[in-house]
Amino acid sequence: MARARVLIRPKEGILDPQGKAVERALPALGFEGVGHVRVGRMVELEAESPERLGELCEKLLANPLIEDYEIQTL
Amino acid sequence: MIWGVLQFPGSCDERDALHACTLAGGEARLLWHEERDLGGVDAVVVPGGFSYGDYLRAGAIARFSPAMEAVAEFAAAGGPVLGICNGFQVLCEAGLLPGALLRNKDLRFTCRQVDLIDDVGGTLSIPAKHGEGRYYAPDDVLDGLEANGQVAYRYAPGQNFNGSARDIAGVRNEAGNVLGLMPHPEHAVDPLTGSTDGLRVFAAVAAAGARA
Repeated sequence: MARARVLIRPKEGILDPQGKAVERALPALGFEGVGHVRVGRMVELEAESPERLGELCEKLLANPLIEDYEIQTL
Repeated sequence: MIWGVLQFPGSCDERDALHACTLAGGEARLLWHEERDLGGVDAVVVPGGFSYGDYLRAGAIARFSPAMEAVAEFAAAGGPVLGICNGFQVLCEAGLLPGALLRNKDLRFTCRQVDLIDDVGGTLSIPAKHGEGRYYAPDDVLDGLEANGQVAYRYAPGQNFNGSARDIAGVRNEAGNVLGLMPHPEHAVDPLTGSTDGLRVFAAVAAAGARA
């Protein structure tokens, strides 16, 4: 079993309103100078065939049209 | 004409869709998501709701259901398919329609009446209710959709509340037999609720079936 973590984020250039909302909230809390906030999701899993993780991401975990993914083996 | 309306765990508009299909002409029946056999229906409606809880991404899990495998084959053979709201999201995730639906630009789930313009310049007033209806496709894909006449419905000026690319509310596949839109024609079929314009969407789907 290989443990892996998959990070999924909106593709560069696609409006991410969640990231914008977080970004706008920060100055009110005294956090100045924070920009380019992007909100994505993280999936942790254990796989018997880690070589198939890319395919798994393409087919289900991410929508390649709108999201980039990054596989980290742990 | 026999309409089949898919039902997933989490669908919520399948009853209104059944009613709308009946009013549009014909008989309508529910098709459970675990059924691999569509039972010889002439047209399929993938209704609105929150199939499989919208987990991961709206429509992402529903596309792998046995019924959707059957719908993909039905569509490939030229059968007419209409996806409404969550159904549109499912059809995009399944690759039966181009593009994707993203969170509304203001992050709000919005329920309101919208004016749409169809591809022959007619206007329709029907309700929309969604939180993830911002249509997106890369510019070259959008150019292709416009060039091929695949943009079926646009939000009228000032009505694009979710931030959809090029005001797109609904698209067809290249063959023209698969149609998806975010607003809900099945909720606009009775004068009691203010508009019967939704019936025109069902009529267009029936006509696509007659041509196939």
